[in-house]
Amino acid sequence: MSYQDKYEMVCGVETHVELATKTKIFCGCTTEFGGEQNTHVCPVCLGLPGVLPVLNREVVNLAIKAGLALNCEIAEFTKFDRKNYYYPDLPKNYQTSQYDLPICKKGWVEIEVIGKSKKGGITRAHMEEDAGKLVHSGDSITASDSSGVDYNRTGVPLLEIVSEPDMRSVDEVIAYLQELVQILDYAGVSDCRMEQGSVRFDVNVSLRPLGSKDFGTRTEIKNLNSFTAVRRCLEYETERQAAVLDKGEKVIQETRTWDENQGVTLSLRTKEEAHDYRYFPEPDLVPLKIDRDWVERIRATLPELPAAKRERLKGLGLSAYEAGIITSNKAMAGYFDQVMQKYPEAKVVANWIMGDLSALLNAGNQSFEDCPVKPYQLADMLLMIDKGEISGKIAKTVLEEIYSSGKDPAAIVKEKGLVQIKDEGALEKIISEVLANNPKSVADYRGGKEKALGFLVGQVMKATQGKANPELVNKILKEKLK
Amino acid sequence: MKISQQEIEHIALLARLKLTPEEINLYTEQLNSILECFDMLNRIDTTNVEPTAHAVELYNVLREDEVQPSLPREKALQNAPQAEDGFFKVPRIV
Repeated sequence: MSYQDKYEMVCGVETHVELATKTKIFCGCTTEFGGEQNTHVCPVCLGLPGVLPVLNREVVNLAIKAGLALNCEIAEFTKFDRKNYYYPDLPKNYQTSQYDLPICKKGWVEIEVIGKSKKGGITRAHMEEDAGKLVHSGDSITASDSSGVDYNRTGVPLLEIVSEPDMRSVDEVIAYLQELVQILDYAGVSDCRMEQGSVRFDVNVSLRPLGSKDFGTRTEIKNLNSFTAVRRCLEYETERQAAVLDKGEKVIQETRTWDENQGVTLSLRTKEEAHDYRYFPEPDLVPLKIDRDWVERIRATLPELPAAKRERLKGLGLSAYEAGIITSNKAMAGYFDQVMQKYPEAKVVANWIMGDLSALLNAGNQSFEDCPVKPYQLADMLLMIDKGEISGKIAKTVLEEIYSSGKDPAAIVKEKGLVQIKDEGALEKIISEVLANNPKSVADYRGGKEKALGFLVGQVMKATQGKANPELVNKILKEKLK
Repeated sequence: MKISQQEIEHIALLARLKLTPEEINLYTEQLNSILECFDMLNRIDTTNVEPTAHAVELYNVLREDEVQPSLPREKALQNAPQAEDGFFKVPRIV
């Protein structure tokens, strides 16, 4: 039995996304990922005494951009606050964050689950700094006598996006997150490299009896770094809470952690032990006044966002499914548009991109960002099919050749002798041979077995190594078999 | 407003300070006298006064997003009580 038979889930998510700046939020250290430990640090991000932070303008620009992309109100007045807690990954013993006056509030994203769409509300989005990274000497934090701290990530700018508790199923949560990350990626606010931890999620989840209007007691599960982890974790946590409620017990309000290996959530700390953050205004930073001109300047730099792009692609004749696949990947969507400039047949382009080209990229472990087949080359190849210079079948070979050699399709066709055979005389000769070699199929066809024709076409294609023009082959075959 | 010994113990825990009973007594007394000073501020009528976000009337102090050199690692680790393999080394956390 599933929890859904008796309970409804209520879920909200806090998403931490690293902003795509060159430098940290309050100092000039690089934000580049993967440097040797403690080589991207300075007195400011190490929290040494006597230093002063200075806010990176680009952080504000990107936060405004994200807010606009997420339909938020952008504050006219905003400030930073200190969130105080002691942990070795936080050298200052406080995190510079925003408390009561965040830069963005009251936004939403459109989420769609099985054809039904609804708005996923965004309560607020605020700027803050990331913490450092702990490396434990033992297998786990509790089994370690000591830990190593790397402060390279300390001070990398983050935007924390807090959703409303609007999601009612795991599918809705995933749809919200996918749409959110896609928007941030399109807007260029973050590189959204999930595998590098540039997007992390904290989920708040509770159950309530079906039909109830009140929220149940929630738990918070921190630091999930992939959609899969969110899905598995929520599937586990909802069943766990359902089991507690079924026994007539109460869910304890607490912070839990997701154990990827065991596939379970574990208690980290209960509400009684909850942090008392003692927020207060950051005296080292002056507040921000964001005039409306600034907001409009940023709005003018917003590119077409996923929802608008999907609608446009549907308008070009793609199905909702196709439009969804193409736009799910920003680079793929950009590639599609580039091919369309030279070859404006949406369906055909979509088929090649989603089919053969994606397969080649997957097999070669590459992406549309570094696709060896240039958009103009794919367009040229499609034009050659239309002109009857190559068959659709040969085109697959040509595409593979462009992929591996980078040469233009016309050159490949010429070099490899892949030009389609359109010479009726030449084809007739080959077809006569094929018919002579396959008397049984000829008899079958004449006896009424239509299928035999397909076999004979196949034999002609084989004899010409796929270079025969299929329409001509059909025509000549039918004439000869009369 | 009066602060209790229990609150002092809670604050000490948050600040990761281990206090002796004598210190708890001393700080309870001291913090209470500090809070008395703040009580004086509370007597001022602030009905029509905007909350202050900063003591200085200054806004939008920003820097450009340009990379500056970081510290050499030896310098960064120089004053660390313990370091190992380029990491700051800290005692067991939980």
